[in-house]
This record gives sequence, C-alpha cells and structure tokens, in this order.
Amino acid sequence: MLKNRIIPCLDVKNGRVVKGINFVDLKDAGDPVEQAKIYSDGGADEICFLDITASNENRDTIYDVIERTSKKCFVPLTVGGGVRSIEDINKLLNCGADKVSINTAAVENPKVILESSKKFGSQCIVVAIDAKKNGHKWEIFTHGGRNNSGLDALDYAKKMEDNGAGELLVTSMDRDGTQIGYDIDLMSKIASKVNIPLIASGGVGNLDHLVDAIKLANASAVLAASIFHYGKHSIQEAKEYLDSKGIPVRI
Amino acid sequence: MKVIIVDYNSGNISSVINSFKEVAKDKVSIEVTADLNKIKSSDKVVLPGQGSFKSCIDALNKIDGLTEALSEFAINNKKPLLGICVGLQMFADTGYEETETKGLGWIPGKVSKIDNQNGKYKLPHIGWNQINIVKQSRIFENIANNSHMYFVHSYEFLPNDKNVISAITDYSSNIVCSVEKENIFGTQFHPEKSDKLGLKIIDNFINI
Repeated sequence: MLKNRIIPCLDVKNGRVVKGINFVDLKDAGDPVEQAKIYSDGGADEICFLDITASNENRDTIYDVIERTSKKCFVPLTVGGGVRSIEDINKLLNCGADKVSINTAAVENPKVILESSKKFGSQCIVVAIDAKKNGHKWEIFTHGGRNNSGLDALDYAKKMEDNGAGELLVTSMDRDGTQIGYDIDLMSKIASKVNIPLIASGGVGNLDHLVDAIKLANASAVLAASIFHYGKHSIQEAKEYLDSKGIPVRI
Repeated sequence: MKVIIVDYNSGNISSVINSFKEVAKDKVSIEVTADLNKIKSSDKVVLPGQGSFKSCIDALNKIDGLTEALSEFAINNKKPLLGICVGLQMFADTGYEETETKGLGWIPGKVSKIDNQNGKYKLPHIGWNQINIVKQSRIFENIANNSHMYFVHSYEFLPNDKNVISAITDYSSNIVCSVEKENIFGTQFHPEKSDKLGLKIIDNFINI
C-alpha cells in the first residue's frame, strides 16, 4: 500500500535555514545540509528546500547546498524558489535535486511547465500554488506571496495538471506561519479536482493538523516546517501519531 | 571491479551516481559514460532512465552503437546489468507512453499505463510503497519482505513470462516492481532514493 508522505521543509536564505511567519520576520534555524541529514535519518520521506528570497537575490548558494545534501541524503530532494527557466531546472537537477517546484514562472509562463515536463519528465516537476482566499474563491499569489495574479486557484490547478505537472504543492497564504492548521477547504477542493498527488502546506501547528490534511482533504503528502525545526515534534513521533490514527505511513 | 553507469542524456542521473559512489567508496570504480569500449570491458552496467519510455529509447538510439554494445554486454556476454525505472521498462518489446515505441526486447512484454480505476488512484504513483518479494533475487539479499521503497512512475512493465518477476507492489493492481532474468536485473522503484535499504540493494548488485 502506498504510504502518505511527511515532508519537512527547510526555508533557505543565503545558504542558511530560516522560517518566516507569513513570509517575513525570519529566524535562523541552522545549517541546511546537517538538518536535512537529521531529517532523513529520522525517517523523513522526502526533503524540501525552499529558497525563499531567490527571486531577488544571488542564489548560487542554493546550488552548493543541494550538491552537498544530495551526497549525504538518499531520499528524494525537492527544491523550489526562484526557479524560472529550463536552464534553472537543469542546473538544480544536475546538482542532485530530484524534483523542482515552480511557482512564479508557472503563472507568468505556463509553457515552462509544458516544456519542462516533456524534457525532464512529469516526475520531477512540482507546481507550487500559493493561494489566498478572496470571498468565495482562492487566488494565486506569486513572488513569495507579494503579488496577486488574480487567477482562480482551482482552475489553475487543473490547468497545471493538464500542462504536465507531476504534483501540486499547495500553500495557504492565509494559514502559513499561523500554526492553526491547513486550509482543509482549499486542499480538499483542489485534491478532488485533479488526479495528481497534492502536497498540503501552510499552517501546521500540531500533529492533528497532519491527520486532517490526509483524512479530510485527501492530501498524498503533508509538508511542515516549524513543528519539526524547533524540536516540537520529531518525524518519528509524527509518523507514530498518524499510524495510530489509521493513516498508512512508512515506519 | 568496474561499474559503468550509462550516461545517455536520459535526464537526471546525479542521484544514481551519488548513491553508487556512496556504496562503492574506494573499493569499486564507478564510471559515468556512454563510451562503447568502456561499456564492453566493464564488469557491471547500470542503465538508469527518467522521462518517458519513448524519450529514453530515442536517447539510447541517438548514440551510435550503444544499444548493440549493451546487448553484447547483457545478452551475449551475460554480464550483470541493472535497469532502474524506465531503465527496467526498456527491457520490454514495446512501450506505449506518448506513442508505440520499440524497446530493447530483452524480456518479452509490454509497458502500459497503470489503470487508475477512473481516478481512484492518483498518477504518477509517487512515494513509498512496500515490495512483496515473490522470488528470491540476488539484489534482495538481506532485504526483508515488505520493505519500503521509493516509487515514481505512471507506467508499468507487464512481462509475458511471470517467472522473471522478483517483486510486486500494490497500487491499483499488483505492479511489477522488480525483475531478474539470468544476469539481467531491474527495479521499477528507485534504490538510489530509498534510503538505507535502497543503498543495500545497490551494494548487493555491486557484489554479485
């Protein structure tokens, strides 16, 4: 039986791990390579690096982080943040990333998803959707949550599937950093609209939130940062808790 | 001993390279190349594969003499070869991803899309699934039955002769996730991304 995945996410800035509250107010939480190794040894099903300020700043440091991590961690490695072009994707994959997650570029030029999934295979193309509620719908934000594209999140998710995305990483902008739980309404609506796996992100504060995303929203994987970074819970604890709730996990 | 990882522009093989180098340390030489003479003179060959069946076969055919060199290595000289993911799928006669494409034909059978049962199963099949070992294979030495391995694929290999199947996994139906036919080995899952147990499988292959 296929297991639901737990994915710790390391937000990286200038080669160091940080985690923001609603994408601002950054705190240093350590060296990315060592953290990734601790997570993979602890049973993480996948590691995600998000280069959060990559759209604005020199991002060569991330290549070095990926290269060093991929020589120490033998679980899938996903990298996002500032991925703009086929060349960026190629470079990240060559450094040892297994998947790339693409946000702004996919909104500005949906052809990037079409072309990259053809060139590298859908298995390594993750489309990152940052969505914020506006009335009865959710709108897609880009540039690390700074720009509102006005696009409807549900329609966009379907379009990205059609363009060849292998997975969707859906982050609720309203919930990110709040620790009050994933936006289950958003996640379940997107999960039922597409036939590719959905990774839920944004808002995890306790282990029940992970359970909710899988049981109520049908997420294939749950991504979390703070609850793991600051030692609130270990990956193993999270897995044992999910297991106790009848969710299939790799233990 | 010399192990060649075939570099035929089939997409991202850095994880395969990293994992084999980690296991080999300094005891075994790992070389990444498509050089025909080097392939012929090596002891073991790893055939990775990412992207579609068609794109991988096209990439193999683009390198003059490569499929012949691989056939000579695996079929005539019967030296150990490990196919990973699409590398395994290419053993088949025919693949149906994108369009009907002729495979290497080493293990008769076809490669078809996994039946998602009208959307009940998400595709690609991404994540950790357990392998049910149905035939003892040399690459599964000291690997417990029902171990977790990392998968990412939408197509499955359907060999005509079920005796080549060494492990299956449960996703929509019993998917072939490993084969062994004499000196030819293949895994649908990614040992290079399956943590310690995956590295053990790589170690087993190196030690055949």
